[in-house]
Amino acid sequence: MEDTIIKTENIVFKKTELLTDNELSYCPGCGHGTAHRIIMEVIDEMGIQADTIGVAPVGCSVLAYDFMNIDMQQAAHGRAPAVATGIKRVLPEKFVFTYQGDGDLAAIGTAETIHVCNRGEHFTMIFINNGIYGMTGGQMAPTTLPGMKSSTSPYGRDVEMMGHPLKMTELIANLPGTCFVTRQAVHTPSAVRKAKKAVRKAFELQKEKKGISFVEIVSNCNSGWKMTPVQSNKWMEDNMFPYYPMGDIKLPE
Amino acid sequence: MAKVKGAVVVDVEKCKGCDICVHACPTDVLALHNEVNGKGYHYAYMANPDECTGCMNCALVCPDSVITVYRVKPQKAKV
Ligand SMILES: Cc1ncc(C[n+]2csc(CCOP(=O)(O)OP(=O)(O)O)c2C)c(N)n1
Ligand code: SF4
Ligand code: SF4
Ligand code: SF4
Ligand SMILES: [Mg+2]
Repeated sequence: MEDTIIKTENIVFKKTELLTDNELSYCPGCGHGTAHRIIMEVIDEMGIQADTIGVAPVGCSVLAYDFMNIDMQQAAHGRAPAVATGIKRVLPEKFVFTYQGDGDLAAIGTAETIHVCNRGEHFTMIFINNGIYGMTGGQMAPTTLPGMKSSTSPYGRDVEMMGHPLKMTELIANLPGTCFVTRQAVHTPSAVRKAKKAVRKAFELQKEKKGISFVEIVSNCNSGWKMTPVQSNKWMEDNMFPYYPMGDIKLPE
Repeated sequence: MAKVKGAVVVDVEKCKGCDICVHACPTDVLALHNEVNGKGYHYAYMANPDECTGCMNCALVCPDSVITVYRVKPQKAKV
């Protein structure tokens, strides 16, 4: 039976050609890979491969340019929005996006994030929030949940001493330079479908030059959280989603 | 009633055995193999191939995009 099904004409899903054949450097089960794929599928479906420029961050996705088969530039830690500003202002007809983790976008790059969202630059920001510094060994990030263990909060984040988790997405939604702000996930088939629609909308909005379109993807860091991938996705639903609720926060006027 | 038939092909050497596809399959088609691939991962395979409907759920959540999904329309019953 399988032999009669497995034929080219029966393919309903295959890896987009906008992902290179390089093996992803991410841990097994890490949401970064799925996030990469939906962005590349959107660019593929919009037919804008030659007109898109991505800016990769510092973090586990520092090598995104090895996986995304488009023009890319890598920025210093947290500075992707500043680099994207330069690219978009010089090449305003290109589709430009940043791809940044929470340590990158909400810690060291806070100033850049706030100011591009306030100035209303016309590019897309993809924000992968896994509540931790994944790449460097699971240190506490501004987004780490109260009570959540990390290598630098081994007894759990104590908000009295370590401050409160930063809801960067709600914060920048209040700024006049953002036009579309949404929070998504990529851990289940339905979440993937919704997140992909949000990414598509964010890229389409660049044509209207209304300001920053911002897609947060709450994601797992199973290695940093010290869980199996399947456990980490469950933990994310039970713990991350109540603090970082799914859905649109700001829609274009 | 002929049902929709599907099948998946996993790129065995690129699979990282993360188990996410196994849990996303609504008809319990997939499992991790007892054997390991070249990287030492227990790769995903169709343990119950007859149950696959080609719904693509597994491929949508595979972080490494190593699943290709095939589907055929239900055939009219042969007379
Ligand atoms: C200027 C500078 N400071 C610190 C570092 C060390 N560093 C590398 S990645 C990282 C945190 C990355 O965390 P995040 O942005 O959340 O990405 P993730 O790995 O979790 O996806 C830090 C602090 C660096 N590379 N450069
Ligand atoms: S350390 Fe965390 S964020 Fe980095 S690849 Fe591994 S699971 Fe993903
Ligand atoms: S989700 Fe992908 S990488 Fe993970 S076990 Fe399944 S096929 Fe392998
Ligand atoms: S296509 Fe659907 S039914 Fe077939 S293995 Fe994947 S999730 Fe299961
Ligand atoms: Mg992080």
